[in-house]
Order: sequence, then structure tokens, then C-alpha cells
Amino acid sequence: MLRISKLPIAIFFAIIICFPWIAKHIPAIGHYPDLMVFAGIYCLITIGLSLLMGYAGQISLCQAAFYGIGAYASGILTVRYGMNPWLCMLIGMGISALVALLVGAPSLKLKGHYLAMATLAFGIIVFIIFNEEVELTGGPDGMRGIPGLSLFGFQFDSVNKYYYLVWAFVFAAFIFTINIIQSRTGRALRAIHSSETAASAMGVNISRFKIIVFIYGAVLASLAGSLYAHYLNFINPSTFDLFVSIKLLIMIALGGMHQIWGAIIGAFLITFLSYEWLHFFGEFEIIVYGGILLLVTIFLPDGLAGIPGIIKGWFRN
Amino acid sequence: MVQELKFQVRESLEKNILEVEQVAMAFGGLMALINQNFRVKKGIIKAIIGPNGAGKTTLFNVITGFFPPTEGTIRFKGQAIEHLKAHDIASRGLSRTFQTVELFDNMTVLENVMVGCHTRIRSSFLATGFKLPQVKRKENKIKEKAMDILEFINLKDKFNEPADSLPLGEQKLLEIGRGLATQPDLLCLDEPVAGLNETETQVASSLIRLIREKGITVLLVEHDMKVVMDLSDEIMVLNYGEKIAEGPPEQVQNDPKVIEAYLGGED
Repeated sequence: MLRISKLPIAIFFAIIICFPWIAKHIPAIGHYPDLMVFAGIYCLITIGLSLLMGYAGQISLCQAAFYGIGAYASGILTVRYGMNPWLCMLIGMGISALVALLVGAPSLKLKGHYLAMATLAFGIIVFIIFNEEVELTGGPDGMRGIPGLSLFGFQFDSVNKYYYLVWAFVFAAFIFTINIIQSRTGRALRAIHSSETAASAMGVNISRFKIIVFIYGAVLASLAGSLYAHYLNFINPSTFDLFVSIKLLIMIALGGMHQIWGAIIGAFLITFLSYEWLHFFGEFEIIVYGGILLLVTIFLPDGLAGIPGIIKGWFRN
Repeated sequence: MVQELKFQVRESLEKNILEVEQVAMAFGGLMALINQNFRVKKGIIKAIIGPNGAGKTTLFNVITGFFPPTEGTIRFKGQAIEHLKAHDIASRGLSRTFQTVELFDNMTVLENVMVGCHTRIRSSFLATGFKLPQVKRKENKIKEKAMDILEFINLKDKFNEPADSLPLGEQKLLEIGRGLATQPDLLCLDEPVAGLNETETQVASSLIRLIREKGITVLLVEHDMKVVMDLSDEIMVLNYGEKIAEGPPEQVQNDPKVIEAYLGGED
């Protein structure tokens, strides 16, 4: 039976809770909570992507588009129309869900490379819209002046406050997704991954389940986009381009697609590599990414999350 | 007159679980099935036999909704199903196994059977994500039911093993068990004993008999003639997509057309 043990989850989130306090006392990592906000935002997207790709076996190269739809929904509605940020967040998620339904219904009938191409094309279209609708989105210059978040008069105005807000969302999404994985829905998704023929012979409505997880992934990405916009108070199209979609894919490939932990590990690693550890390489960063991805796929097909399984295997022999 | 017709319809409903009328299936210019007309009586084991390429598996795929037929009507429990998708047909109580084992090999034995329970116990995406108490209850019920089925097919001890680690004989049984988990009224078995040794074949045969005793109608495609003769109440013979004989085993066995199809004509 697929059981995701609770202890590592508890330990992980305990560390997350204590981390800002630890970071405060070690000057060398004093700015890490800021990076962790970004890692958390990426985690939200990769958790959805992992369910879609790792469990249901459907590739998507347009998660950055939903990420952008969320960010721009929040940006445009708050800056241009002065609406409540939380409401904008929900509206963004609603728009993303609707778009995912409209895009997913025809394209999820495609398989493998074709699905990859269809989602890639959609991602590019959305990116072009962000760039060209200058009056609405500010075009390539981006949008500034997006307000921060507050709840009942409590302002999320410091890094640490925002850190806890983002990680609360990650925690909720993580638990929700784990519940899905360990249920009838999760079994149906894994069944689709393994054999669509047999799954439909068991009464699993394949297209319905594919669309549901696609929408779920889009909603999480949209939420991540809104959180990003309110954190930086500034957005521009390049944050949501094709390379970001690919980077998200690299995250779950690196972390391990077939385990939900892979989404978290991958998001962390890539965030820290790209914002911190790989600065040294400058323009050559992309080559290092490629190298890492190559090594992982060759030597660790189950990603970094697969390492405990390998070690367990050694002990058993 | 109308009364009489109604009576006839009701009678045929009570007697026949599946009615296939003038079904044809063409792949491009190739006629894989030609003018198929037959009925499957409730509660029996009916075998479909014929040389390789006769259209047996195609017939299964048409009945279970994997290929919509080019022409004709298929009625299951009195309702037309030829326009329905495979998963709809499965949820109405028509289940199947596959010629080449199609287990979910990324799952355990128990989980495979639990997928079979998919249509019987439902819960929504949101309810599942928030893990409402009713979801947990339903999940336990599914597990219990799946365990009962594993006991029935004698695989209870191996419930936690990966499905692809089982020997072929047990994989075939597991596929039948997974089919049973959908609570079918009609179970279509595509070569359930192909590739099995003698002992495994006997185990599978007696299981199929037990399934009939439970009141589930069985439609069987099989090449092992000993098994077919032994199990079937009725046999239908296909050749080049056409039905060439139908009836009780003894009758079919001695049909000159059937002998010709299997041994080749003399002209």
C-alpha cells in the first residue's frame, strides 16, 4: 500500500517553523528566510505538478503560465481596480481553473510529446499576452505598486511574516495533496499512469480525472503567482516565461517525480542553486543545470527523493 | 399484440444479459466483424472460439466500449450501450480482463483490486483532499471489500506485494479479481488460461466455475479447447469475423464448418 509516513512531514514542518529563528543567529544564512519564501512559492507549483506528472503521468510545460495568470490577476485587480488582495487571489485561482478546463479538455486527450507541445504552445501564448497587453499588464516593463497582504489589520510586511504565510499555504497544499494521493482519486491517477486501457475497463473516467488534476495544478500555481506578486510588489513577464516552466519541470525531475517529497526537495534545491549557489557561474548557469539534470536522470532515475529507497535496498541485501 | 410484444421483450430481458444485433466493425477497408448476431443468457458461461485473427478480441473490445462498432446495436441488461465509453459500460456492470495481462504494476495486489472498486464507492475531490470522516469510512469499506475478493481468489497472503512480482498464473487470477471488484453482472475473460501450466489452469478453471455459481455471467475467449469444452454451457465459433456456429459444446464440436475452419478446407 502506498502510505506516506507522517513523521518526516512533522519533522520537516517543525524545522520550517524554527528556521527563521535559527537563521537570525547565524549571520552567513541570515538572508535565507527570504530565499525560503521563493522556495515555498515554487513548492506550491511543484506539488501540483508532481501530482499531474509523477502520479497521473501527464506532462505539462505551461505551469508558468498559470503562475503568471495568478500574479497578473492579483496585480491588475489590485493596482488598476483597487480590489481586496485576498479576493483577487481567489479570482485569479478561478480564472486559472477555468482556463485550465478550456485548455485541458482538448489537449489532455493528447499523449506524450503532443501533450508537451500543446501545453508549451499555450504557455508561449500567455507569455505573449503578458508582453503585448501593455495597457493592462504594463508590457515588458512590468507592473509596480502591487500592495502587500494584510489580514484583519495584521500586516505581512516583513520577510519572516511573509515566510510563515507562504509556508502555511504550502503546508495546507501538501497535506491536501497527500490525502488525494492516498485515496480513491490517487489510485485512479496511478492507474491511468500505468495503463489507460485497464483503468477505463475498471470504470475510471480518464479524461475527467486528468482534467481535475490539471485544474488543481493550475489553481496551486495561480495561488503561488498571487503570493509572489504581493511579496515583491512588482511583476514582469520574464518571471513567467517558458524557461520557468522548464525550471519547474527540472525541479520535480531532480527531486523525484513519483514521490510527493520530490516536489519539495526539487523546489528547494533549484531555488537555492539559482538564487545563491550558482551565481558564481553567471551566464553559464544553464549549463550547470543541464549537467545536474543529466547526472540525476542517469544515476538517480527516481530523483533525490529516491535515495532513501536505494539505501534501504543496500541494507536489505 | 402490444401486450404480447411487451411480454416478449420482458422475457428476453429476463433471459438474456447481452444482446448483440447486426454488429459490424471495420478498420478502414478491413471487416473485422461481419453481421454479428447473438445473445448471452443470464448465468451461463459462454465461450467464443475461433482461429487466430477471427475477431474474438475485437468483439470483446466492441462489447466493452473500447471500439465503437461501425454498425449495429449492443444491449446490456436491456439498454443500448454501443455508443457509451468504456468506463461508462464498466460502471454499468460489464467488466473484462485482457489477453496480455494489464495489471497496474506500479501498485500492490490489494491496490489493484481497490481500483476495481472505483465505481462502487465514490467520494469527491474536495472531500478527499480535506479528508472528511466519511472519506475514511468509505476507504475502509473499499479495503474490506478488496480483501474479501483477495480471499475469494486465494491471494490474500500476498496483498501487500507489488502486482508485477506475482507469477503469471497469479497475475491472471488477480486480473479476474480486479474485474470482480467492479461488481459485474457480466464478466468478459480474454484468454484467462493462456500461458498457464496445468495446475494453474485448473485453479483458474475452478475459479471461473465459482464465479458462475455466484450468479455472474461469463463470456470467455479461449484457445485451450479442453478448458472451453469443460467449462462452457454454450459455444460460439468465429472465423474471418463471421459467426459460423453456435450451440452447446457437443453440437459445435461436431459441426463440419467448425472442423473445416480449424483444420483447413480440402478444396
